[in-house]
Amino acid sequence: MSEPIAYYPGCALEGTGHAYDRSTRAVGAALGLPLQELKDWNCCGAMEVKNIDPRLQTFLSARNLRIAAEMGHHTVMAPCNGCYHNLKKAEHDLTHDPDSRETVARLADKSGEAAYQPGSVRSIHALEWIREALGADGLRARVKNSLKGMKIANYYGCMYSRPRHIFPEKDKGPGSESTSRPHFMDELLAAAGAENMEYPLKTACCGGAHTLSDSDTSTRLVLNLLTAAEECGAEVIATECPTCHSGLEMHQARAARVFGKQTRVKILYFTQLLGLALGLSARQVGVAENLSDSRDFLRARGFR
Amino acid sequence: MTGETLLAAAEDAICAWLAAHGVAPEPGQVEGYRLLALHRQAARVAPNFLACRETCRELIYQINCASVAADATEHARRLRLADMAGTHLALFVAGSLETAGLGTFCCAARPLHTPDAAQPRS
Repeated sequence: MSEPIAYYPGCALEGTGHAYDRSTRAVGAALGLPLQELKDWNCCGAMEVKNIDPRLQTFLSARNLRIAAEMGHHTVMAPCNGCYHNLKKAEHDLTHDPDSRETVARLADKSGEAAYQPGSVRSIHALEWIREALGADGLRARVKNSLKGMKIANYYGCMYSRPRHIFPEKDKGPGSESTSRPHFMDELLAAAGAENMEYPLKTACCGGAHTLSDSDTSTRLVLNLLTAAEECGAEVIATECPTCHSGLEMHQARAARVFGKQTRVKILYFTQLLGLALGLSARQVGVAENLSDSRDFLRARGFR
Repeated sequence: MTGETLLAAAEDAICAWLAAHGVAPEPGQVEGYRLLALHRQAARVAPNFLACRETCRELIYQINCASVAADATEHARRLRLADMAGTHLALFVAGSLETAGLGTFCCAARPLHTPDAAQPRS
């Protein structure tokens, strides 16, 4: 059993993305990778706070980093791209911008808490968590129920790798993640037995915040993501962000209803797929909690 | 459908966006491509255009792969992948004309790209 690392689920994983939270915890338990949830964590500032007052967002994310440090952790893992992005942005701003440090110190003092010291805690995504802890080979050795060549398009969304300057550890050559053509999810799912399809829209815009409203623009963008995945031969789009996932699910339904464009590609979190490959049941990884229904598809492939 | 026509369509889409914003497309290329120069120009006008940076690069990547494809089947497959990226770029540009700030709330978040934001580049 490894040492536990700090787990920052974020707001979405308590709401629309609860299947992602359930499957992340289940996969961690199955792999012997314990998680310790941050105590009294707060919203990361998401997109809304950042666009109104970016330094307030920096404080909110810095507070979560400070909690991780006070709990004795050197690493915090966030499965949500938005949370992960904002933790990385806070670290970047506190390292490079005196005004951000001053704002965080002032707000921390006002709230009677210590200010986070940059460089104390490393922020990683759930993809990095599993890849660093086990690697593809370590994961492959633990697979009990292979995905048996399930054809998958890996969709990373935009906030996992953009903007590049807040991810200094990426684009460092072999072994590091790429910001233009990410591959960590591809590697993990291949180790679990999937066949990754070449998908040219891995990081393409899905309409962002508009995805959560009834925007025709978002529906058109998502519909193109879905139809492109199908044309690439994918049976499943694997996601690693609750906002991307919700957007794909909602606009898949809306494209059928409003535009009469039906797509059949399934949408599953990568942790749900890994969990199934590790021998967990569909119920244990929350498949029934997804908005789109993949149960018949999975049953037909021998997953209980 | 050829690589040239796909590139030209992508360039036309960004030129149309620039024209709609009263900006004349600048001549020139970035890394040997007019599309990347036009994208950079649009991103200077509206940072949310950074949200389609990788789509532009993917389009060029697939066209380049098509140009060195070993056979006609692979050539056609690469062009089809390029077309998917081109379609997405066109949808993004069209969406940006309809919905101000498309992309702004996510990866191209405005505060990351405004003058008062911390953004030293290494």
